[in-house]
Amino acid sequence: MNRKVMAMAAWLRKHAFDGLNNIIPAYSSLTVSYDPYLIKTRYQPASTAFDWIKDLLQAAYNQSNENSTASPALHRIPVCYEEEYAPDLDTLALHLQITTSEIIALHTAVVYRVYMIGFLPGFAYLGTVDDKIAAPRKAQPSSVMAGSVGIAGKQTGIYPLNSPGGWNIIGRIPLKMFDPHAEQPVWMQPGDAVQFFPITAREFKTRQ
Amino acid sequence: MSLTIIKPGLCDTIQDAGRHGQAHLGINAGGAMDTYAAGVANLLAGNQRCEAVLEVHFPGPQILFEQNALISITGGDFTPYLNDEPLPLWRPIVVRRNTILHFDKLQQGARCYIAIHGGFNVEPWLGSYSTNLKAGAGGYEGRKLAKGDELCFRENTVYFAGLLKEGKDFQVLNWRVDMRRIYENPHEICFTCGHEFSELCPNSQQDLLQNNFIIHPFSDRMGYRLKGVPLKRKHDYELISSGVGFGTMQLLPDGQLIVLMADHQTTGGYPRIGHIVSAHLPKLAQLRPSDTIQFKRVDIQTAEDLLYSQQQEMVILQRACHDHLNELVC
Repeated sequence: MNRKVMAMAAWLRKHAFDGLNNIIPAYSSLTVSYDPYLIKTRYQPASTAFDWIKDLLQAAYNQSNENSTASPALHRIPVCYEEEYAPDLDTLALHLQITTSEIIALHTAVVYRVYMIGFLPGFAYLGTVDDKIAAPRKAQPSSVMAGSVGIAGKQTGIYPLNSPGGWNIIGRIPLKMFDPHAEQPVWMQPGDAVQFFPITAREFKTRQ
Repeated sequence: MSLTIIKPGLCDTIQDAGRHGQAHLGINAGGAMDTYAAGVANLLAGNQRCEAVLEVHFPGPQILFEQNALISITGGDFTPYLNDEPLPLWRPIVVRRNTILHFDKLQQGARCYIAIHGGFNVEPWLGSYSTNLKAGAGGYEGRKLAKGDELCFRENTVYFAGLLKEGKDFQVLNWRVDMRRIYENPHEICFTCGHEFSELCPNSQQDLLQNNFIIHPFSDRMGYRLKGVPLKRKHDYELISSGVGFGTMQLLPDGQLIVLMADHQTTGGYPRIGHIVSAHLPKLAQLRPSDTIQFKRVDIQTAEDLLYSQQQEMVILQRACHDHLNELVC
């Protein structure tokens, strides 16, 4: 489903039109925001701009091909799972009744997909984590540092900014997920692939 | 060619018509809450309607004009004064250098816009001048204005100074915008049904249309929390997150509504009960905590017609303002 969403988003980007504001791909939906006035004046649809968009989305659905899209970029991302960067790792291990090294092994074994980006600038929702480490959100959100890697349900994700959050924090990356001053403030794209690998606290500091 | 913030207001930011095309990266459009007032402020000041303006809240800032400038003030009425004299809203005004703009009393509305001829000389971020407070980017250093901040104008507006009369601090030019139609029936807010509207119990669908909703104090540029009769869904399973927009009405687990405003998140997992029609977002943006809202359901055709006539008025206004200013300068 998410592959079809990405294919439709790519098709729409290729067939961009005046008045197209945003294309937001999510897990199983595609949201398009547009300026009805611009569409009405430029394309003079027979009825409403909404119907015009609806037809276009139908065309995107029919003509987009999830098999023809370019293979996704793979990001290999270092994570430090050591205590000072992983405030919830021990509690999570206790709750799941496995060891912290098993959590780390399972978390790094999978190539995840960026299902969508939302919540904060550059917050990538990755899935799907192994059932053995899937865990509910914390009852109370706490303050989370930028770069923190968390698990919520079957999802994992990286906080791009310091923010309140309810995900179980199991590690931190030494990279910036979001840098407004970089040429590409958000370097991950929806549809990309991600694999984590563990690093020590010392490596974390040198890579920062 | 600049102005200086002598004393900052509650929340003064640079905004424009928004930062589009980045929502798939989690970067929202932002922009002026009341895009109508911001657009008209620009037209009156002889700018394109999407130029950057100052959006201020009450208590408003104190601003020192270091240079003569052609300005306009629109939106909420915070009783603006230049030195000791009141300034009118929705008019072009030439102000003299070394005068101070301040705001006295909150009379009406929630946000006020100040446009300067030529616009502000700030760097765009991802194609827009709007301040994104969460990202700390855009506008003026990505933040609210603070004491001592100096905002440069992009253009020299000295040729309007000839309109200033000897001994006067400002000169109001002799045309105005009649914005009454845009803000009439301020509490009646139209919406179109959202994807999950049909998930509401029939009684709750009635409740939404027949009851008043009050804007909660925890309301800001991100969203308006509403207080009203709790609405119930037929089922209470969790939804998978999807894209949301400016004006999306979401139902919180406690049965209360939140209406997403300019600084909303790009995705959300709560049911989308409806979407405020674009033509009524300016009205909504000028409502304040403890104001009431009466929702009215309309179809897409009506929503588009409302927006169409509003935008057509804007086009006519743009021509009129342009012609008036040209006559003066020539």
